Amino acid sequence: MAEILGGVFTSHVPAIGGAIAKGLQKDDYWRPFFDGFPAISEWLSEKKPDIAVVFYNDHGLNFFLDKMPTFAVGAAPQYDNADEGWGLPVCHSLQGAPEFSWRLIEHLVGADFDITTCQKMLVDHAVMVPFQLLWPNAKEWPVRVVPIAINTVQHPLPSPRRCLALGHAVHDAIERWDGDERVVVIGTGGLSHQLDGERAGFLNKDYDRFCLDSLGPEPEALVDDTSLDIIEKAGSQGIEILNWIAARGAIGGRVVEKSRNYHIPISNTAAASLLLERA
Amino acid sequence: MHAERHAIPGTTPFDGAMAQRGYELNAMCYSFNDAENRKAFLEDEDAYCAKFNLTEDQRRAVASRNVLAMIEAGGNIYYLAKLAGIFGLSVQDVGAQQTGMSVDDFKAMLLAEGMEA
Repeated sequence: MAEILGGVFTSHVPAIGGAIAKGLQKDDYWRPFFDGFPAISEWLSEKKPDIAVVFYNDHGLNFFLDKMPTFAVGAAPQYDNADEGWGLPVCHSLQGAPEFSWRLIEHLVGADFDITTCQKMLVDHAVMVPFQLLWPNAKEWPVRVVPIAINTVQHPLPSPRRCLALGHAVHDAIERWDGDERVVVIGTGGLSHQLDGERAGFLNKDYDRFCLDSLGPEPEALVDDTSLDIIEKAGSQGIEILNWIAARGAIGGRVVEKSRNYHIPISNTAAASLLLERA
Repeated sequence: MHAERHAIPGTTPFDGAMAQRGYELNAMCYSFNDAENRKAFLEDEDAYCAKFNLTEDQRRAVASRNVLAMIEAGGNIYYLAKLAGIFGLSVQDVGAQQTGMSVDDFKAMLLAEGMEA
């Protein structure tokens, strides 16, 4: 049986990728954010996961509005990163785990989740920035990956409750997997931020703290809100917390908080990292 | 309709109506993932916009570099960010423009939020 080790949650602001490329981790502006990661990286090198299941949102690299899946599960042998248009270096490719992906897909469809499956899938900064943060300077990524993209672009968005349920179904699928892989779950994006409109620059520390405090012990507290409620509280792009909610569901059961960091601002974003180990 | 049921100040949820209105503009911005296309836009903006059949409102919004007008014309910020990138504008430049602040004031506002944390 595969073992779920826990979950790592982090913001994925593109500018973080730029700071890594320029080696700015120790600069005054960046250090308070990067300080959140040594503890997480150490935990990962100690736990040695084989597979990462990553909940994220695509920002117009792989998906356009011609076809916009609510939930898309990667089933590729390899996932390439690519130019997103604003100068981030292209990261080296990730290795997939297609046999694992297909078992997951079979389970999800069997559990009434009408997902989209992707045998080719470019992954953007929402996957690559977290990988660079968690495994800094890695020449080869030490895990194989199953990316799961959640639509946060075009309304209607999936409800927080549905995202948590998706996570629970992913959890059940991993538990039923008969391999002996060690699995880490990753949720990326957030916390509060808004890029568009007259309300650009909006942040909400109270709601962010509520999310950080609740996600581990009582994730259900986050799913009474609709997605529009969350946008009102956390900003248009603060809705990326959906990725965290789904990832929390995929860990399942009880968790112990091993590390937390919260810092304002990184670019326009209240940035955070969180490590929840499975109890 | 969704947006009317739940109006959020200074925020335009990108719903079906907006996705239809903005399709051409967003399609053009999506093309800017490719460096060749960014170059083609810079070389002949009119021709490039014409190729994507931008509406008059969209063409005017792009010509004026006015992000709020682009959003009004159906632009989605995830795609518009790729257009902003062509002009070397960060999300903070874009935020400042939309809120009518100077970029320095916009950045200072964000830093001040951090100080209060």
